[in-house]
Amino acid sequence: MNAAVAHFSSANEKQGEAGVRVKAYHRLYRRTSLKMDFQQHGYRATKPRARASPPIGGPLLFDDTSSGPPPMDNQNYYSSGYNMADPMASAAMMYGSTLANQGKDIVNKEINRFMSVNKLKYFFAVDTKYVMKKLLLLMFPYTHQDWEVRYHRDTPLIPRHDVNAPDLYIPTMAFITYILLAGMALGIQKRFSPEVLGLCASTALVWIVIEVLVMLLCLYLLTVHTDLSMFDLVAYSGYKYVGMIFTVLCGLLFGSDGYFVALAWSSCALMFFIVRSLKMKIMSSFSADSMSAKPQFRMYITLASAAFQPIIIYWLTAHLVR
Amino acid sequence: MAFTLYALIQTAILFTNAIAVLHEERFLSKIGWGAEQSIGGFGDEPGIKAQLLNLIRSVRTVMRVPLIAVNSVCIVLLLLFG
Repeated sequence: MNAAVAHFSSANEKQGEAGVRVKAYHRLYRRTSLKMDFQQHGYRATKPRARASPPIGGPLLFDDTSSGPPPMDNQNYYSSGYNMADPMASAAMMYGSTLANQGKDIVNKEINRFMSVNKLKYFFAVDTKYVMKKLLLLMFPYTHQDWEVRYHRDTPLIPRHDVNAPDLYIPTMAFITYILLAGMALGIQKRFSPEVLGLCASTALVWIVIEVLVMLLCLYLLTVHTDLSMFDLVAYSGYKYVGMIFTVLCGLLFGSDGYFVALAWSSCALMFFIVRSLKMKIMSSFSADSMSAKPQFRMYITLASAAFQPIIIYWLTAHLVR
Repeated sequence: MAFTLYALIQTAILFTNAIAVLHEERFLSKIGWGAEQSIGGFGDEPGIKAQLLNLIRSVRTVMRVPLIAVNSVCIVLLLLFG
């Protein structure tokens, strides 16, 4: 807690925010941190926190350059640059840029109806240090002490500030790397054709979808009130691709023995990682106290999800290292 | 086991069809899975069986009309392309 507060104060000072806002954050955060200390002994009995969009302009949000310069600057630039040449052309240019901006707004609005883009942006707010630490954690999670995801005033911290937070950058990159590696492995064995690549990709994708759906179904049936959204589950089920890449590489470099050793190592590491991460989220979530059979089922879900990882790793990589 | 995306879509359609054909009063009530048996106490957290019955009932209610459309499209496509 105190580390997070210190981090925030230093981040605020570095950004040169108004002093008033810093003090307000400090005061509010200290009060909520005291409250959370009381509640967090073992059983967190707070309601699940929605992953809302981070405050605009605050120190949490990464530098969002996706919106680009405001339209006024565009029009001024265009009008000043082209006024001399032809007033008709400059008027057409301004009209075109307004139309393009309107189209962009409409597209953004439509996409936002199906998928919350802010929530998705949260998962891609990573930096190199986080990726390094997370990869190390995935391969060797046994020395990591604190598995709790840290919060800042009811919203989880972005992955850049908290190494325990799930992200979608590593799973996406690992998935693509796995597909490329599968193509290369098949090419080495002279079994490559372009259709096989597509088949491999869609198989892996289908397994992710199945796993996420089964997890969502189990969490719904047991009325586990966590803040594990769909993207979180996709992230956690995508972390196994890192283990798969490591296994396939060892299999290609060191033959069949290397493959099985690497399979055992990455399976154990991944199972440990999944159990420790999901235990925090599933076991200590809020539920009614009248159900006595619940804690067992939650443990079963966590263990089943962890036990599923080695099976799928073996299934998806065995045919590549023949 | 190589899956294509088409296999996934087929599986989803088949599963949803299977849930949609469970008739309320001819079948579900006979085996004790009817709608009225799932209403528990209001202060209670619903158990697994109640959640499952809720899920079945809501899937049947929500997916009835879209399934008609999707099944018709499937029938036409299978007739045309095998």
